Amino acid sequence: MSHVHVKEGIAKALFVAAAGISILAVALICVFLFANGVPAIAQIGLPEFLFGTTWRPANDVYGIFPMIIGSIYVTAGAMVVGVPAGLLCAIFLSRFASGKVAAVLKPGVELLAGIPSVVYGFFGLVVLVPFIRNNMPGNGMSLLAAAVLLGIMILPTIITVAQSSLDAVPKKYYEGALALGADHERSVFRVVVPAAVSGIMAAVVLGVGRAIGETMAVIMVAGNQTIIPESIFNGVRTMTANIVLEMGYAADLHRGALVATGVVLFVFILLITMLFNVIKKRGELKS
Amino acid sequence: MSPKLTIAYEAGSASAASAPTGGIDRFDALYRSVEERHRKKRRVISALLRALVYLGAAVTAGVLAFLVGYILVNGVPYLTPSLFEWEYTSDNVSLMPALVNTLLMAALSLLMAVPVGVGSAIYLVEYAPRGSRFVQVVRTTTETLQGIPSIIYGLFGMLFFVTALHWNLSLLAGACTLAIMVLPVIMRTTEEALLAVPDAYREGGFGLGAGRLRTVFRCVLPTAVPGILGGVILALGRCVGEVAALIFTAGSIAQIPNVLEGAGALFDSTRTLAVHMYVLASEGLHVNETYATAVVLLVMVVLLNLLATFAAKKMNKGGKDD
Repeated sequence: MSHVHVKEGIAKALFVAAAGISILAVALICVFLFANGVPAIAQIGLPEFLFGTTWRPANDVYGIFPMIIGSIYVTAGAMVVGVPAGLLCAIFLSRFASGKVAAVLKPGVELLAGIPSVVYGFFGLVVLVPFIRNNMPGNGMSLLAAAVLLGIMILPTIITVAQSSLDAVPKKYYEGALALGADHERSVFRVVVPAAVSGIMAAVVLGVGRAIGETMAVIMVAGNQTIIPESIFNGVRTMTANIVLEMGYAADLHRGALVATGVVLFVFILLITMLFNVIKKRGELKS
Repeated sequence: MSPKLTIAYEAGSASAASAPTGGIDRFDALYRSVEERHRKKRRVISALLRALVYLGAAVTAGVLAFLVGYILVNGVPYLTPSLFEWEYTSDNVSLMPALVNTLLMAALSLLMAVPVGVGSAIYLVEYAPRGSRFVQVVRTTTETLQGIPSIIYGLFGMLFFVTALHWNLSLLAGACTLAIMVLPVIMRTTEEALLAVPDAYREGGFGLGAGRLRTVFRCVLPTAVPGILGGVILALGRCVGEVAALIFTAGSIAQIPNVLEGAGALFDSTRTLAVHMYVLASEGLHVNETYATAVVLLVMVVLLNLLATFAAKKMNKGGKDD
């Protein structure tokens, strides 16, 4: 009997330890990022670092404002491209598609989610960038290219999350609307979609998180100039791109400034995660 | 009673009595024309909405088909034998070493992430008391981990494994970074799979006198295996496609770690297939080979997706049969 007890005890301790590892991981990530980034920010000066518009490591001038703006622009552009298409596709899959069509499109969306970002980036480089170069001003490597590419990349995130919240709307809502004389489209858009709105918002926020954190695909198409773009045909550099482009050869304060860029990105992501949780909680409270 | 019904009733009774009074008739006609116009407008709006919805779906399907088609058409002709030679040179830009490294890297990181992920999911579902503070913290941290972009994992891996632990750019540092990155994926899918197991299984186990541990391993886990497998495949997919988390942790040496060194091989710098493709694409010297490499990556992803779908089907069927 006691033998069994010991075994149970050990097993439980192991499981607790396993569960603790995710806590440990988050703690370690925070500690190492902040410990390496904050001293650099202190040395540069927080306002100069966040709002300085010049990034010139050779002269020890580190202002990441263009990169922050770049990340925000690119993410906003991705939303403009990806959210309408994604939501409409989610509504299609949830309420319009016949079984056969859904059976083809659903795995397609999953495949879209599984394609690595380098493949997206390469696709952008050989298709989107030349297209923009040939038909619009600029050399193609642009905010527009990055926004369109990211818009495509966040499609599966938005579709999956929005669809599951649309599917979760009770059947009686839709049937009630039909019974009141509304047709299919009106029932879906005036009753089902509003009922799923918190899930849809969660989908959008998740999409924002993915877009702002995306790195490799953006680097390959965005041009990466460290200036605030004046039009969508100008190149931009995002925070993520800044880290990858220069980390390979950076040293001392330069390296610290790059880690600090990561810290700023991390804070952005934490805020987005918190927003996501608030929306999700509110949705749960309502239902 | 609504006015519409009343009017319809009066109109009906009027015609039945075959003595229509002019006033009601005119009112009826006016009402009908207004409603007809209203209905027409509705029909146009509905048609527009339907068109939009179909357009959204068509755009998604079109983008996918174009992307995959474009890569395949441009890449398949260049899948030459020299691309699969054992040794990488700058002439043949062979993807073989990178392919082997990808498998090594993915296997190593899953070897670490799966036990931890499954173990913690078991704790959360089977052991933890309801509403415990510890569980809440674990949930929050898992959600946080899930939202962190891969470049942050890469930075952390570089600062912690590569620099602080002096592992240098190595297979092991890369695998550990990936393991942390896919941990939340495995945890969440396992949790869902465990929650889907009916309580009757647990009660059956306990009823036969088994302890909690035996009940979990003999009754609950076997039923949840397809679901867990789905999560593992998802994690594998992320490992295969990852670049940002690996360039500063595993480096980009296009060689298979020398396994003859034994454990020392863990500390060799390696380049996975996705990193290999990134390097090729940014050098821009071997565009055709880059297409071919993209094809290999795509094929791997498609295979993994098929496996995941298969696992999910098995999970659903398992639930229905019992």
